[in-house]
Amino acid sequence: MDDLRAKYIELIAKAGDEATLEDLRVKAVGKKGEISLQMRELGKMTPEERQVAGPALNALKDEINTALAAKKAALADAALDERLKAEWLDVTLPVRTQRRGTIHPISQVTEEVSAIFADMGFSVAEGPQIDTDWYNFDALNIPSHHPARAEMDTFYMHRAEGDDRPPHVLRTHTSPVQIRHMEKFGAPCRVIAPGRVYRADYDQTHTPMFHQVEGLAIDKDISMANLKWVLEEFFSAFFEIDGIKTRFRASHFPFTEPSAEVDIQCSWVDGQLKIGEGDGWLEVLGSGMVHPKVLQAAGVDPEEWQGFAFGMGIDRISMLKYGIPDLRAFFDSDLRWLRHYGFASLDVPTLHGGLSK
Amino acid sequence: MKFTLSWLKEHLDTTASVDEIAETLTDLGLEVEGVENPAAKLATFTLAKVTHAEQHPDADRLRVCKVMTDEGEKQIVCGAPNAREGITVVLAKPGDYVPGIDVTLSVGNIRGVESHGMMASERELELSDEHNGIIELPSGEVGQKFTDWLAQNDPAKVDPVIEIAITPNRQDALGVHGIARDLAARGLGTLKPLKENHVDGAFSCPVKVSIDEDAATDGCEVFAGRLIRGVKNGPSPAWLQDRLRAIGLRPISKLVDVTNFFTFDRNRPLHVFDADKVSGALRVHRAKGGEEMVGLDEKTYTFSAGQVVISDDNGVESVGGIMGGLATGCTDETVNVFLEAAVWDRVQIAHTGRALKINSDARYRNERGIDPAYNMQGLEDATQMILDLCGGEASDVVVAGQVPDTSRAYKLNPARVISLVGMEIPEAEQRQTLTRLGFRMEGNLAHVPSWRPDVLGEADLVEEVARIASLTKLQGKPLPRLQPGVPKAILSPQQKREQQARRTAAALGYNECVTYSFIDRKSASLFGGGDDATMLANPISSEMSHMRPALLPGLLQAAARNQARGYMDLALFELGHAFNGGEPGEQHVQVSGLLVGRTGPKDVHGAARAVDVFDAKADAEAVLAAIGAPAKVQILRGAEGWWHPGRHGKICLGPKKVLGVFGELHPKVLDEMGVKGPAVAFTLYPAEVPLPRKSGSTRAALRLNDLQAVERDFAFVVDAGVEALTLVNAAAGADKALIDDVRVFDEFIGGSLGEGKKSLAITVRLQPTDKTLKEKDIEAVAAKIVEKVTKATGGTLRG
Repeated sequence: MDDLRAKYIELIAKAGDEATLEDLRVKAVGKKGEISLQMRELGKMTPEERQVAGPALNALKDEINTALAAKKAALADAALDERLKAEWLDVTLPVRTQRRGTIHPISQVTEEVSAIFADMGFSVAEGPQIDTDWYNFDALNIPSHHPARAEMDTFYMHRAEGDDRPPHVLRTHTSPVQIRHMEKFGAPCRVIAPGRVYRADYDQTHTPMFHQVEGLAIDKDISMANLKWVLEEFFSAFFEIDGIKTRFRASHFPFTEPSAEVDIQCSWVDGQLKIGEGDGWLEVLGSGMVHPKVLQAAGVDPEEWQGFAFGMGIDRISMLKYGIPDLRAFFDSDLRWLRHYGFASLDVPTLHGGLSK
Repeated sequence: MKFTLSWLKEHLDTTASVDEIAETLTDLGLEVEGVENPAAKLATFTLAKVTHAEQHPDADRLRVCKVMTDEGEKQIVCGAPNAREGITVVLAKPGDYVPGIDVTLSVGNIRGVESHGMMASERELELSDEHNGIIELPSGEVGQKFTDWLAQNDPAKVDPVIEIAITPNRQDALGVHGIARDLAARGLGTLKPLKENHVDGAFSCPVKVSIDEDAATDGCEVFAGRLIRGVKNGPSPAWLQDRLRAIGLRPISKLVDVTNFFTFDRNRPLHVFDADKVSGALRVHRAKGGEEMVGLDEKTYTFSAGQVVISDDNGVESVGGIMGGLATGCTDETVNVFLEAAVWDRVQIAHTGRALKINSDARYRNERGIDPAYNMQGLEDATQMILDLCGGEASDVVVAGQVPDTSRAYKLNPARVISLVGMEIPEAEQRQTLTRLGFRMEGNLAHVPSWRPDVLGEADLVEEVARIASLTKLQGKPLPRLQPGVPKAILSPQQKREQQARRTAAALGYNECVTYSFIDRKSASLFGGGDDATMLANPISSEMSHMRPALLPGLLQAAARNQARGYMDLALFELGHAFNGGEPGEQHVQVSGLLVGRTGPKDVHGAARAVDVFDAKADAEAVLAAIGAPAKVQILRGAEGWWHPGRHGKICLGPKKVLGVFGELHPKVLDEMGVKGPAVAFTLYPAEVPLPRKSGSTRAALRLNDLQAVERDFAFVVDAGVEALTLVNAAAGADKALIDDVRVFDEFIGGSLGEGKKSLAITVRLQPTDKTLKEKDIEAVAAKIVEKVTKATGGTLRG
């Protein structure tokens, strides 16, 4: 029996393929295999002999079967290894290309601004881009002869012959949204109004269309000091720099009184602008306390209500924050520019996750 | 508005430095746009003395000078005819920058002789145009700084010039006196009182004046003047010329310079007529229309009816308050002058000035508002100045109209001031500020000074108090939240939708563009616009003449520009307003995506291919899904003409409710827009997508089925014009409970099927809910499907 065992274990170990292995199986443990034949002999044995030979034969059969199975698995593994070796690919080859889309800086920054002001309780108001001259000028305390009208380089819409109404204008600022919002919802209110505005001006630093965000907060006792706080909070959050300083300079806008132009702290180092440090000042917006006549025009009683308004260039603060040099390129849709200055679709600005990437 | 420091000091007693003054002006709302300090560019030059001068050995016109400087004796070669021994000169040394010739000096060698610097002429130092010789100073010590010498002997040459921006409400700061008043109110010095002159008339004024009735209302309030006879005109004295030149004005003659001086010193425009050229009386009236006049700028102006002018017997001689006429203008020969001081209606000046396109200093001031109460005194003061400079004798004053009464008063509410500004400004300080600005306080009533036509209510008082108190000092105060706790969402469903649409499009690989809202007429008309209602009256170019009727033309132009740069495969999108009319509100939000060229560059996998209509459809569906559009929609034909008529679809909820359109662009449109195809696109209308009916956040319960689903394939032969969606809907309708999904997986056209036929193969997925399907159940459903499809499409099951 030991010879039998040694013979088959050796043959199994030497088997080079599955067919040989199957052949060995038949010869050893098949119905007519050597071990099976020996097992048939058990009946002829004495009970004593059988008690010894039986378990021994069974054990031998198990051992051979196990060896066969193990060898079979080993052969399969070797075959697989062989196949996988042949399946080598040059994985440095490029992938199937996928387009990568981008969000325009104007959209991104508008969302950033909205996120910050939302936290301070401002909602987002909208208004028409073609508006009447009443909403764009008169209601904002800019009568027809006011020099500010001439200075604004207004675009006018064509008037059909026989239509004697004053021509509509492309809004020169987002301020008419103040009037429309207060007319509809009254006071108190807190809104921002981002959107396109238009002025007939085109040179190095001006485009005939640009973007502003208007801010308006009306309540019983809102002051210019609140305005300053709101803007400083805004700039700190927007530029992600703690404690940005602003400077209010007395100025004049027909729709606010008192009025102030607001500068933020900055420095110029080697021609590079740095926000929030140094002792330079950069003008970023116009603001003030809403003029009583404006409140009146919008149907809000100036004896009862007061508040602030401001207007800020979205394109401008985008340029400042992201170091984008040329305003005109914003509207040129140059693919290289869109890819370079654009944002990924999932870069959604949030206060908890951060406003910029 | 420009002025010099010394000019300011004529009106303000102050020891403040230029920097302090500039900083304060900006803070007061008179924003400093620039300070030009002429001393800065002269800082390096020193005085020197020529001790010896001799002929250059090799050049006729040059001299070799020995010059005593603060660094000892130097040799300098000089070409000036006046370079000679004994004169005191201004020395520029090697290393100094000489502004007038834009050169930084170095040691030179002029025809073999070394030269260690130069002796400068006035032109070389930009002091004047004088270049006939080098500067010879009548005094001064060797080594003394030239700027110090100038400060002592010729201060105008080193007088800093300050330029400020004037906001429309600060007409009073258009005169140096008004600027001084602001600074004094802040406490930066004391305002010097103006001397009030009075000149008695020596004779009766022969030039009569009148205002026609039509010009008396909203035209001219008061028109006053007097004749000064026997004057001697000619160049003004140096101090006056210096002042005018310093602020960029050209001195002309004494008479004209006096009017310019009053314009800038007192914000008081005046006009001088050569009385000998005036024929008859001066009459202020409205133009009938068509009259002409040559102005002092030698341009011819034609008047429209209603514009206010001044005429004599010869016709129009002056555009009142805006510009005088050349014919009656003063010259050096003028002997008898008529001096005019008038108050004009601001609105009228603005309209006339704008119509005639005249931007004069007079118009600028008269349309912003001058001090009407100063009219008569101004006439007296100017008379005195003319007499002082030109001699002569003044007549009595002739007046038409009346100086308007501008008196008015508003209540100062100190508590309201504090509440609005948010700064503790004591009542006494508020009152003092107003008083210093010229308001007369009577109890809490502030009487407005006549030079502040902009102050028209209590709010204006607040602004005055606030700006003098200094907004720079303002400290921020927290704006309390409207409600305590976590802030609520603020975006409207539409706004949220726009964000989602935008970010989905970007996620699908599109680059967001922001293109101009105005485009050219031709492009607009290709997309259903370009009519007069959406036309601008004053476009800046014909490329931007019409409001865009859709976003696609802007995107196509962007694509053409990118293709011109060599970028042929593009995925661009924009989300923004299109304009369906010219009235406010005739605008709507669109989302448009444009795919041009191939899906990507050539690649080893052969995956890139030309974009096709199903790319646009897939992306349109993805964006619609992201903004909550229902999954079950109709795809209809018949969208606008810029789509390929056979290769587009309208995504609809019913025939009138169009959520969007996708398709190939019409080849003609692509050609017109200069874009090389293929190009497919989609346009969606987010506002058309219905809002969800329920607002809660709970989802419907999830029902999972454990029974095995079964899929069966069918192929039908139908007419080529039958739409797959019709077939799918018919199949799905065969057993709504059992059929979970129907998908088209093959389309085969022509071949053995014959002309005009196609085969569509579908997979139907059956999902039993209560018991496992048996073969006969499946056969029953299959038969029903065949029947429904046959009925709906006229097709047959393919054998």
